[in-house]
Amino acid sequence: MPTEIENINPNVYGKIKEREVTAHDEDESVADPFDKREIFDLIRTINDPEHPLTLEELHVVQEELININDKENDVHINFTPTIPHCSMATLIGLSIRVKLLRSLPSRFKVTVEITPGTHASELAVNKQLADKERVAAALENKHLAEVINQCISV
Amino acid sequence: MGRLTLEHTLQGHKGRIWGVAWHPNGNTFASCGEDKAIRIWTLSGSGTWSTKTILSDGHKRTIREIHWSPCGQYLASASFDATTAIWSKSVGEFECNATLEGHENEVKSVSWSHSGGLLATCSRDKSVWIWEFAGDDEFECAAVLNSHSADVKRVVWHPKKDVLASASYDNTIKLYSESALDSDWDCTATLSSHTSTVWGIDFDGDGERLISCSDDKTLKIWRSYPPGNNAGIATPENIPVWKCVCTLAGHHSRAIYDVTWCKQTGLIATACGDNAIRIFKESSDSNSDEPTFELVTAEDSAHGEDVNAVDWNPVTSGQLLSCSDDGTIKIWKVVD
Repeated sequence: MPTEIENINPNVYGKIKEREVTAHDEDESVADPFDKREIFDLIRTINDPEHPLTLEELHVVQEELININDKENDVHINFTPTIPHCSMATLIGLSIRVKLLRSLPSRFKVTVEITPGTHASELAVNKQLADKERVAAALENKHLAEVINQCISV
Repeated sequence: MGRLTLEHTLQGHKGRIWGVAWHPNGNTFASCGEDKAIRIWTLSGSGTWSTKTILSDGHKRTIREIHWSPCGQYLASASFDATTAIWSKSVGEFECNATLEGHENEVKSVSWSHSGGLLATCSRDKSVWIWEFAGDDEFECAAVLNSHSADVKRVVWHPKKDVLASASYDNTIKLYSESALDSDWDCTATLSSHTSTVWGIDFDGDGERLISCSDDKTLKIWRSYPPGNNAGIATPENIPVWKCVCTLAGHHSRAIYDVTWCKQTGLIATACGDNAIRIFKESSDSNSDEPTFELVTAEDSAHGEDVNAVDWNPVTSGQLLSCSDDGTIKIWKVVD
Protein backbone atom coordinates (compact mmCIF):
# COMPACT_ATOMS: atom_id res chain seq x y z
CA MET A 1 0.00 0.00 0.00
CA PRO A 2 1.29 3.48 -0.85
CA THR A 3 2.13 5.86 1.96
CA GLU A 4 0.71 8.87 0.20
CA ILE A 5 -2.25 9.35 -2.04
CA GLU A 6 -1.11 9.78 -5.64
CA ASN A 7 -4.08 11.59 -7.06
CA ILE A 8 -5.17 14.06 -4.40
CA ASN A 9 -8.00 15.70 -6.26
CA PRO A 10 -9.70 13.23 -8.53
CA ASN A 11 -12.70 14.30 -10.57
CA VAL A 12 -15.84 13.09 -8.89
CA TYR A 13 -18.91 12.27 -10.94
CA GLY A 14 -22.54 11.65 -10.03
CA LYS A 15 -24.09 8.23 -9.60
CA ILE A 16 -26.72 6.88 -11.95
CA LYS A 17 -30.25 6.10 -10.81
CA GLU A 18 -31.14 2.71 -9.46
CA ARG A 19 -32.45 0.31 -12.04
CA GLU A 20 -36.24 0.22 -12.23
CA VAL A 21 -37.69 -3.22 -11.79
CA THR A 22 -40.12 -4.01 -14.59
CA ALA A 23 -42.90 -6.57 -14.70
CA HIS A 24 -40.74 -8.53 -17.13
CA ASP A 25 -37.95 -8.79 -14.54
CA GLU A 26 -40.31 -10.34 -12.04
CA ASP A 27 -41.70 -12.89 -14.48
CA GLU A 28 -39.83 -16.07 -13.53
CA SER A 29 -40.96 -17.89 -16.66
CA VAL A 30 -38.90 -15.81 -19.10
CA ALA A 31 -35.19 -16.38 -19.65
CA ASP A 32 -33.37 -13.25 -18.54
CA PRO A 33 -29.81 -13.07 -19.89
CA PHE A 34 -27.23 -10.86 -18.17
CA ASP A 35 -26.95 -7.39 -19.70
CA LYS A 36 -24.55 -4.44 -19.45
CA ARG A 37 -26.55 -2.74 -16.74
CA GLU A 38 -26.52 -5.81 -14.50
CA ILE A 39 -22.76 -6.18 -14.85
CA PHE A 40 -22.36 -2.46 -14.17
CA ASP A 41 -24.49 -2.73 -11.02
CA LEU A 42 -22.16 -5.48 -9.77
CA ILE A 43 -18.99 -3.42 -10.14
CA ARG A 44 -20.03 0.21 -9.75
CA THR A 45 -20.16 0.00 -5.96
CA ILE A 46 -16.59 -1.32 -5.65
CA ASN A 47 -14.60 1.08 -3.46
CA ASP A 48 -11.51 2.83 -4.71
CA PRO A 49 -8.46 1.58 -2.75
CA GLU A 50 -7.43 5.10 -1.67
CA HIS A 51 -10.50 7.38 -1.81
CA PRO A 52 -13.77 6.98 0.07
CA LEU A 53 -15.50 6.87 -3.30
CA THR A 54 -16.81 4.16 -5.60
CA LEU A 55 -15.33 3.23 -8.98
CA GLU A 56 -18.49 4.68 -10.54
CA GLU A 57 -17.99 8.06 -8.86
CA LEU A 58 -14.41 8.22 -10.14
CA HIS A 59 -15.48 7.10 -13.64
CA VAL A 60 -13.05 4.18 -13.32
CA VAL A 61 -15.92 1.99 -14.52
CA GLN A 62 -18.63 3.07 -16.92
CA GLU A 63 -21.59 1.22 -18.34
CA GLU A 64 -20.51 2.02 -21.93
CA LEU A 65 -17.16 0.28 -21.36
CA ILE A 66 -18.77 -3.06 -20.57
CA ASN A 67 -19.42 -5.68 -23.23
CA ILE A 68 -21.32 -8.83 -22.51
CA ASN A 69 -22.47 -11.72 -24.63
CA ASP A 70 -24.46 -14.00 -22.34
CA LYS A 71 -24.82 -16.73 -24.95
CA GLU A 72 -21.07 -16.84 -25.59
CA ASN A 73 -20.32 -16.67 -21.82
CA ASP A 74 -18.18 -13.64 -22.50
CA VAL A 75 -17.80 -10.53 -20.31
CA HIS A 76 -15.33 -7.81 -21.21
CA ILE A 77 -14.68 -4.83 -18.92
CA ASN A 78 -12.55 -1.82 -19.67
CA PHE A 79 -11.63 0.31 -16.67
CA THR A 80 -9.99 3.73 -16.67
CA PRO A 81 -7.39 4.54 -13.98
CA THR A 82 -7.80 8.09 -12.62
CA ILE A 83 -4.22 8.97 -13.62
CA PRO A 84 -1.88 7.34 -16.20
CA HIS A 85 0.69 6.31 -13.59
CA CYS A 86 -1.77 4.95 -11.03
CA SER A 87 0.04 2.21 -9.08
CA MET A 88 -3.34 0.91 -7.93
CA ALA A 89 -4.35 -0.14 -11.45
CA THR A 90 -3.63 -3.85 -10.95
CA LEU A 91 -5.38 -3.90 -7.59
CA ILE A 92 -8.47 -2.17 -9.04
CA GLY A 93 -8.56 -4.59 -11.98
CA LEU A 94 -8.15 -7.52 -9.60
CA SER A 95 -11.04 -6.28 -7.44
CA ILE A 96 -13.27 -6.09 -10.53
CA ARG A 97 -12.23 -9.62 -11.53
CA VAL A 98 -12.83 -11.04 -8.07
CA LYS A 99 -16.22 -9.34 -7.73
CA LEU A 100 -17.37 -10.82 -11.04
CA LEU A 101 -15.83 -14.25 -10.33
CA ARG A 102 -17.83 -14.41 -7.12
CA SER A 103 -21.07 -13.00 -8.54
CA LEU A 104 -21.43 -14.52 -11.99
CA PRO A 105 -22.00 -18.18 -12.86
CA SER A 106 -18.65 -19.92 -13.42
CA ARG A 107 -19.42 -20.46 -17.13
CA PHE A 108 -18.48 -16.81 -17.81
CA LYS A 109 -15.02 -15.90 -19.16
CA VAL A 110 -14.22 -12.54 -17.61
CA THR A 111 -11.66 -10.25 -19.28
CA VAL A 112 -10.65 -7.08 -17.41
CA GLU A 113 -8.46 -4.60 -19.27
CA ILE A 114 -7.40 -0.98 -18.96
CA THR A 115 -9.23 1.38 -21.34
CA PRO A 116 -6.75 1.69 -24.25
CA GLY A 117 -4.46 4.68 -23.95
CA THR A 118 -5.23 5.55 -20.32
CA HIS A 119 -2.30 4.02 -18.44
CA ALA A 120 1.46 4.02 -18.88
CA SER A 121 1.83 0.29 -18.17
CA GLU A 122 -1.39 -0.77 -19.84
CA LEU A 123 0.01 -3.91 -21.54
CA ALA A 124 1.87 -5.18 -18.47
CA VAL A 125 -1.19 -4.69 -16.24
CA ASN A 126 -3.50 -6.34 -18.78
CA LYS A 127 -1.18 -9.34 -19.09
CA GLN A 128 -1.05 -9.82 -15.35
CA LEU A 129 -4.83 -9.55 -14.97
CA ALA A 130 -5.34 -12.08 -17.78
CA ASP A 131 -2.99 -14.66 -16.24
CA LYS A 132 -5.39 -16.85 -14.26
CA GLU A 133 -2.53 -18.73 -12.61
CA ARG A 134 -1.07 -15.53 -11.16
CA VAL A 135 -4.53 -14.31 -10.18
CA ALA A 136 -5.15 -17.63 -8.37
CA ALA A 137 -1.81 -17.36 -6.57
CA ALA A 138 -2.48 -13.71 -5.65
CA LEU A 139 -5.85 -14.59 -4.14
CA GLU A 140 -4.18 -17.18 -1.90
CA ASN A 141 -2.19 -14.30 -0.42
CA LYS A 142 -4.05 -13.45 2.79
CA HIS A 143 -3.05 -9.80 2.95
CA LEU A 144 -3.98 -9.10 -0.67
CA ALA A 145 -7.27 -10.97 -0.32
CA GLU A 146 -8.13 -8.77 2.67
CA VAL A 147 -7.43 -5.58 0.73
CA ILE A 148 -9.56 -6.82 -2.17
CA ASN A 149 -12.38 -7.82 0.17
CA GLN A 150 -12.35 -4.30 1.60
CA CYS A 151 -12.62 -2.83 -1.89
CA ILE A 152 -15.52 -5.02 -2.93
CA SER A 153 -17.49 -4.94 0.33
CA VAL A 154 -20.59 -2.79 0.08
CA MET B 1 -10.95 -37.92 -40.11
CA GLY B 2 -10.66 -38.89 -36.46
CA ARG B 3 -13.08 -38.32 -33.65
CA LEU B 4 -12.71 -37.88 -29.91
CA THR B 5 -15.06 -40.01 -27.82
CA LEU B 6 -15.60 -39.55 -24.12
CA GLU B 7 -14.93 -42.70 -22.11
CA HIS B 8 -15.12 -41.48 -18.49
CA THR B 9 -15.94 -38.34 -16.49
CA LEU B 10 -14.46 -38.30 -13.00
CA GLN B 11 -15.01 -36.04 -10.02
CA GLY B 12 -13.36 -35.91 -6.62
CA HIS B 13 -11.38 -32.70 -6.23
CA LYS B 14 -13.00 -29.59 -4.79
CA GLY B 15 -12.61 -26.72 -7.22
CA ARG B 16 -10.22 -26.19 -10.08
CA ILE B 17 -8.06 -29.12 -11.22
CA TRP B 18 -4.69 -27.93 -12.48
CA GLY B 19 -2.88 -31.10 -13.46
CA VAL B 20 -3.20 -34.73 -14.51
CA ALA B 21 -0.39 -37.18 -15.25
CA TRP B 22 -0.35 -40.81 -16.37
CA HIS B 23 1.80 -43.33 -14.51
CA PRO B 24 4.30 -44.96 -16.93
CA ASN B 25 2.30 -48.21 -16.79
CA GLY B 26 -0.75 -46.48 -18.29
CA ASN B 27 -3.32 -47.90 -15.84
CA THR B 28 -2.85 -45.40 -13.01
CA PHE B 29 -2.82 -41.61 -13.06
CA ALA B 30 -2.53 -38.73 -10.60
CA SER B 31 -4.40 -35.41 -10.43
CA CYS B 32 -3.90 -32.22 -8.41
CA GLY B 33 -5.58 -28.88 -7.87
CA GLU B 34 -6.51 -25.94 -5.72
CA ASP B 35 -7.85 -28.19 -2.93
CA LYS B 36 -4.16 -28.92 -2.06
CA ALA B 37 -4.69 -32.66 -2.58
CA ILE B 38 -3.22 -35.22 -4.93
CA ARG B 39 -5.50 -38.06 -5.98
CA ILE B 40 -4.22 -41.32 -7.38
CA TRP B 41 -6.70 -43.06 -9.67
CA THR B 42 -6.69 -46.67 -10.79
CA LEU B 43 -8.77 -48.76 -13.15
CA SER B 44 -10.73 -51.57 -11.53
CA GLY B 45 -11.45 -54.94 -13.11
CA SER B 46 -14.96 -53.78 -14.01
CA GLY B 47 -13.57 -50.96 -16.11
CA THR B 48 -14.31 -48.02 -13.80
CA TRP B 49 -11.79 -45.48 -12.57
CA SER B 50 -11.72 -44.54 -8.90
CA THR B 51 -9.53 -42.71 -6.41
CA LYS B 52 -7.27 -45.20 -4.72
CA THR B 53 -5.35 -42.79 -2.50
CA ILE B 54 -5.61 -39.14 -1.49
CA LEU B 55 -2.40 -37.36 -0.52
CA SER B 56 -3.56 -34.31 1.38
CA ASP B 57 -0.91 -33.34 3.89
CA GLY B 58 2.05 -32.46 1.69
CA HIS B 59 1.32 -28.88 0.66
CA LYS B 60 -0.13 -25.76 2.27
CA ARG B 61 -1.29 -24.15 -0.98
CA THR B 62 -2.48 -25.06 -4.50
CA ILE B 63 -0.71 -28.00 -6.14
CA ARG B 64 0.01 -26.84 -9.66
CA GLU B 65 1.56 -29.91 -11.28
CA ILE B 66 2.49 -33.55 -10.61
CA HIS B 67 4.73 -35.97 -12.51
CA TRP B 68 5.78 -39.62 -12.10
CA SER B 69 9.41 -40.65 -12.30
CA PRO B 70 10.22 -42.82 -15.36
CA CYS B 71 10.43 -45.92 -13.09
CA GLY B 72 6.96 -45.14 -11.77
CA GLN B 73 8.04 -45.36 -8.15
CA TYR B 74 8.13 -41.67 -7.32
CA LEU B 75 5.69 -38.83 -7.78
CA ALA B 76 6.81 -35.19 -7.67
CA SER B 77 4.39 -32.34 -6.90
CA ALA B 78 4.96 -28.61 -7.48
CA SER B 79 3.05 -26.21 -5.25
CA PHE B 80 2.28 -22.52 -4.84
CA ASP B 81 3.66 -22.99 -1.29
CA ALA B 82 7.15 -22.65 -2.88
CA THR B 83 8.07 -26.31 -2.32
CA THR B 84 8.24 -29.49 -4.38
CA ALA B 85 7.36 -32.75 -2.64
CA ILE B 86 8.59 -36.21 -3.58
CA TRP B 87 6.25 -39.09 -2.77
CA SER B 88 6.89 -42.81 -2.92
CA LYS B 89 5.24 -46.03 -2.00
CA SER B 90 8.03 -47.81 -0.17
CA VAL B 91 5.90 -49.34 2.58
CA GLY B 92 2.67 -49.94 0.69
CA GLU B 93 1.30 -46.44 1.36
CA PHE B 94 2.32 -43.27 -0.45
CA GLU B 95 4.49 -41.09 1.75
CA CYS B 96 6.20 -37.77 1.31
CA ASN B 97 9.91 -38.69 1.27
CA ALA B 98 11.47 -35.32 0.65
CA THR B 99 10.49 -31.68 0.36
CA LEU B 100 12.63 -29.57 -1.95
CA GLU B 101 12.91 -25.98 -0.79
CA GLY B 102 14.74 -23.02 -2.24
CA HIS B 103 12.39 -21.20 -4.59
CA GLU B 104 11.31 -17.77 -3.35
CA ASN B 105 7.70 -18.18 -4.38
CA GLU B 106 5.19 -20.37 -6.26
CA VAL B 107 6.66 -23.48 -7.92
CA LYS B 108 4.88 -23.81 -11.26
CA SER B 109 6.22 -27.00 -12.75
CA VAL B 110 8.34 -30.09 -12.12
CA SER B 111 9.86 -32.64 -14.52
CA TRP B 112 11.95 -35.85 -14.30
CA SER B 113 14.77 -36.51 -16.77
CA HIS B 114 14.55 -39.65 -18.97
CA SER B 115 16.83 -41.63 -16.63
CA GLY B 116 15.09 -40.39 -13.50
CA GLY B 117 18.42 -39.12 -12.18
CA LEU B 118 17.59 -35.42 -12.52
CA LEU B 119 14.63 -33.33 -11.50
CA ALA B 120 13.87 -29.78 -12.66
CA THR B 121 11.59 -27.21 -11.03
CA CYS B 122 10.66 -23.65 -11.99
CA SER B 123 8.97 -20.78 -10.25
CA ARG B 124 7.47 -17.32 -10.36
CA ASP B 125 10.83 -16.22 -8.92
CA LYS B 126 12.10 -16.46 -12.58
CA SER B 127 14.50 -19.30 -11.85
CA VAL B 128 14.86 -22.90 -12.97
CA TRP B 129 16.49 -25.35 -10.55
CA ILE B 130 18.08 -28.67 -11.44
CA TRP B 131 18.28 -31.31 -8.71
CA GLU B 132 20.34 -34.49 -8.74
CA PHE B 133 18.46 -37.47 -7.40
CA ALA B 134 20.80 -39.90 -5.63
CA GLY B 135 18.06 -42.32 -4.58
CA ASP B 136 15.86 -42.66 -1.48
CA ASP B 137 15.30 -39.12 -0.30
CA GLU B 138 18.62 -37.60 -1.35
CA PHE B 139 18.30 -34.57 -3.61
CA GLU B 140 21.09 -32.12 -4.27
CA CYS B 141 20.75 -28.83 -6.10
CA ALA B 142 22.99 -29.02 -9.19
CA ALA B 143 22.13 -25.68 -10.76
CA VAL B 144 20.09 -22.50 -10.35
CA LEU B 145 19.43 -21.00 -13.78
CA ASN B 146 18.37 -17.38 -13.97
CA SER B 147 18.07 -16.88 -17.72
CA HIS B 148 14.39 -15.95 -17.86
CA SER B 149 13.29 -12.39 -17.14
CA ALA B 150 9.85 -13.35 -15.75
CA ASP B 151 7.69 -16.08 -14.14
CA VAL B 152 8.71 -19.53 -15.49
CA LYS B 153 5.61 -21.59 -16.30
CA ARG B 154 6.89 -24.99 -17.37
CA VAL B 155 9.93 -27.27 -17.41
CA VAL B 156 10.14 -30.41 -19.57
CA TRP B 157 13.11 -32.77 -20.07
CA HIS B 158 14.16 -34.15 -23.46
CA PRO B 159 12.91 -37.77 -23.93
CA LYS B 160 16.41 -39.19 -24.54
CA LYS B 161 19.08 -36.71 -23.47
CA ASP B 162 19.84 -34.59 -20.41
CA VAL B 163 18.55 -31.48 -22.16
CA LEU B 164 15.99 -29.32 -20.35
CA ALA B 165 13.44 -26.93 -21.88
CA SER B 166 11.64 -24.15 -19.98
CA ALA B 167 8.76 -21.85 -20.98
CA SER B 168 8.01 -18.44 -19.51
CA TYR B 169 5.78 -15.40 -19.05
CA ASP B 170 8.63 -13.54 -20.82
CA ASN B 171 7.31 -15.15 -24.09
CA THR B 172 10.44 -17.28 -24.66
CA ILE B 173 11.49 -20.90 -24.37
CA LYS B 174 15.01 -21.74 -23.20
CA LEU B 175 17.09 -24.89 -23.50
CA TYR B 176 19.81 -25.97 -21.09
CA SER B 177 22.49 -28.63 -21.02
CA GLU B 178 25.52 -29.50 -18.99
CA SER B 179 28.77 -28.15 -20.39
CA ALA B 180 31.30 -30.91 -21.14
CA LEU B 181 34.11 -28.55 -20.13
CA ASP B 182 33.24 -27.55 -16.58
CA SER B 183 30.04 -29.62 -16.02
CA ASP B 184 28.12 -26.42 -15.33
CA TRP B 185 24.54 -26.13 -16.57
CA ASP B 186 24.15 -23.39 -19.18
CA CYS B 187 21.37 -21.92 -21.25
CA THR B 188 22.22 -23.06 -24.80
CA ALA B 189 19.31 -21.60 -26.77
CA THR B 190 16.53 -19.01 -26.47
CA LEU B 191 13.53 -19.65 -28.70
CA SER B 192 11.75 -16.38 -29.48
CA SER B 193 8.67 -16.04 -31.65
CA HIS B 194 5.61 -16.22 -29.37
CA THR B 195 4.09 -12.82 -28.61
CA SER B 196 2.74 -13.70 -25.15
CA THR B 197 3.21 -16.17 -22.26
CA VAL B 198 4.35 -19.65 -23.26
CA TRP B 199 2.27 -22.03 -21.11
CA GLY B 200 3.22 -25.46 -22.40
CA ILE B 201 5.99 -27.31 -24.24
CA ASP B 202 6.54 -30.93 -25.24
CA PHE B 203 9.09 -32.85 -27.28
CA ASP B 204 8.25 -35.37 -30.00
CA GLY B 205 9.27 -39.04 -29.60
CA ASP B 206 12.92 -38.67 -30.58
CA GLY B 207 13.39 -35.19 -29.15
CA GLU B 208 14.39 -33.54 -32.42
CA ARG B 209 11.34 -31.29 -32.35
CA LEU B 210 9.51 -29.31 -29.70
CA ILE B 211 5.96 -27.96 -29.69
CA SER B 212 4.93 -24.91 -27.67
CA CYS B 213 1.55 -23.36 -26.85
CA SER B 214 0.89 -19.82 -25.78
CA ASP B 215 -1.41 -17.11 -24.52
CA ASP B 216 -1.03 -15.69 -28.06
CA LYS B 217 -3.43 -18.50 -29.20
CA THR B 218 -0.87 -20.19 -31.42
CA LEU B 219 1.12 -23.42 -31.43
CA LYS B 220 4.67 -23.43 -32.74
CA ILE B 221 6.83 -26.33 -33.87
CA TRP B 222 10.58 -25.93 -33.34
CA ARG B 223 13.21 -28.13 -34.94
CA SER B 224 16.75 -28.85 -33.86
CA TYR B 225 19.46 -28.40 -36.50
CA PRO B 226 22.69 -30.08 -35.34
CA PRO B 227 26.11 -28.97 -36.57
CA GLY B 228 26.63 -30.14 -40.16
CA ASN B 229 22.88 -30.35 -40.91
CA ASN B 230 21.80 -30.82 -44.55
CA ALA B 231 19.53 -27.76 -44.49
CA GLY B 232 22.61 -25.52 -44.27
CA ILE B 233 21.48 -23.88 -41.02
CA ALA B 234 24.56 -22.29 -39.43
CA THR B 235 25.56 -23.55 -35.97
CA PRO B 236 28.14 -20.93 -34.91
CA GLU B 237 28.71 -22.34 -31.43
CA ASN B 238 28.92 -25.93 -32.68
CA ILE B 239 25.76 -26.90 -30.81
CA PRO B 240 22.27 -27.59 -32.25
CA VAL B 241 20.32 -24.51 -33.32
CA TRP B 242 16.53 -24.52 -32.81
CA LYS B 243 14.31 -22.85 -35.40
CA CYS B 244 10.56 -22.29 -35.54
CA VAL B 245 9.48 -24.28 -38.61
CA CYS B 246 5.70 -24.03 -38.27
CA THR B 247 3.09 -21.81 -36.59
CA LEU B 248 -0.46 -23.10 -36.17
CA ALA B 249 -2.69 -20.04 -35.85
CA GLY B 250 -6.43 -19.53 -36.17
CA HIS B 251 -7.53 -22.73 -34.43
CA HIS B 252 -7.74 -21.56 -30.81
CA SER B 253 -9.93 -18.70 -29.62
CA ARG B 254 -8.29 -18.23 -26.19
CA ALA B 255 -5.05 -18.96 -24.36
CA ILE B 256 -3.71 -22.50 -24.87
CA TYR B 257 -2.73 -23.82 -21.43
CA ASP B 258 -1.20 -27.18 -22.32
CA VAL B 259 0.05 -29.27 -25.20
CA THR B 260 1.04 -32.93 -25.33
CA TRP B 261 2.81 -34.71 -28.17
CA CYS B 262 2.07 -38.47 -28.20
CA LYS B 263 5.30 -40.45 -28.28
CA GLN B 264 3.55 -43.43 -29.89
CA THR B 265 1.15 -41.96 -32.46
CA GLY B 266 2.69 -38.53 -33.09
CA LEU B 267 -0.71 -36.93 -32.39
CA ILE B 268 -0.75 -33.53 -30.68
CA ALA B 269 -3.49 -32.56 -28.20
CA THR B 270 -4.13 -29.06 -26.83
CA ALA B 271 -5.97 -27.76 -23.75
CA CYS B 272 -7.57 -24.36 -24.33
CA GLY B 273 -9.22 -21.58 -22.34
CA ASP B 274 -12.18 -21.80 -24.75
CA ASN B 275 -13.17 -25.16 -23.13
CA ALA B 276 -12.08 -27.16 -26.19
CA ILE B 277 -9.65 -30.02 -26.76
CA ARG B 278 -8.12 -30.16 -30.23
CA ILE B 279 -6.12 -32.91 -31.90
CA PHE B 280 -3.53 -32.22 -34.61
CA LYS B 281 -1.59 -34.57 -36.85
CA GLU B 282 1.32 -34.01 -39.20
CA SER B 283 0.22 -34.12 -42.85
CA SER B 284 1.38 -37.13 -44.85
CA ASP B 285 3.16 -34.90 -47.40
CA SER B 286 4.79 -32.74 -44.69
CA ASN B 287 8.32 -31.50 -45.39
CA SER B 288 10.68 -31.63 -42.41
CA ASP B 289 11.95 -28.05 -42.90
CA GLU B 290 8.44 -26.61 -43.39
CA PRO B 291 6.11 -29.17 -41.84
CA THR B 292 2.34 -28.92 -42.08
CA PHE B 293 -0.12 -30.07 -39.43
CA GLU B 294 -3.85 -30.65 -39.78
CA LEU B 295 -6.61 -30.35 -37.22
CA VAL B 296 -7.86 -33.94 -36.93
CA THR B 297 -10.76 -33.23 -34.63
CA ALA B 298 -11.98 -30.71 -32.06
CA GLU B 299 -14.29 -31.21 -29.11
CA ASP B 300 -15.69 -27.69 -28.65
CA SER B 301 -17.27 -28.17 -25.25
CA ALA B 302 -14.90 -30.81 -23.92
CA HIS B 303 -15.33 -29.25 -20.47
CA GLY B 304 -17.67 -26.66 -18.95
CA GLU B 305 -14.76 -24.29 -18.23
CA ASP B 306 -11.09 -23.81 -19.23
CA VAL B 307 -9.18 -27.00 -19.98
CA ASN B 308 -5.94 -26.85 -17.96
CA ALA B 309 -4.01 -29.98 -18.90
CA VAL B 310 -3.94 -32.89 -21.33
CA ASP B 311 -1.79 -36.04 -21.25
CA TRP B 312 -1.56 -38.98 -23.69
CA ASN B 313 -1.56 -42.45 -22.19
CA PRO B 314 2.01 -43.76 -22.59
CA VAL B 315 0.81 -47.35 -23.12
CA THR B 316 -2.76 -47.33 -24.48
CA SER B 317 -2.44 -45.53 -27.78
CA GLY B 318 -4.94 -42.78 -28.49
CA GLN B 319 -6.17 -42.50 -24.89
CA LEU B 320 -6.16 -38.94 -23.59
CA LEU B 321 -6.60 -37.51 -20.09
CA SER B 322 -7.84 -33.95 -19.49
CA CYS B 323 -8.76 -31.76 -16.51
CA SER B 324 -10.51 -28.45 -16.09
CA ASP B 325 -11.50 -25.47 -13.96
CA ASP B 326 -14.96 -27.13 -13.93
CA GLY B 327 -13.63 -29.67 -11.39
CA THR B 328 -13.80 -32.71 -13.67
CA ILE B 329 -11.27 -35.10 -15.16
CA LYS B 330 -12.16 -36.75 -18.45
CA ILE B 331 -10.73 -39.72 -20.29
CA TRP B 332 -11.04 -39.68 -24.08
CA LYS B 333 -10.23 -42.00 -26.94
CA VAL B 334 -9.26 -40.87 -30.41
CA VAL B 335 -11.01 -43.13 -32.92
CA ASP B 336 -10.75 -43.12 -36.71
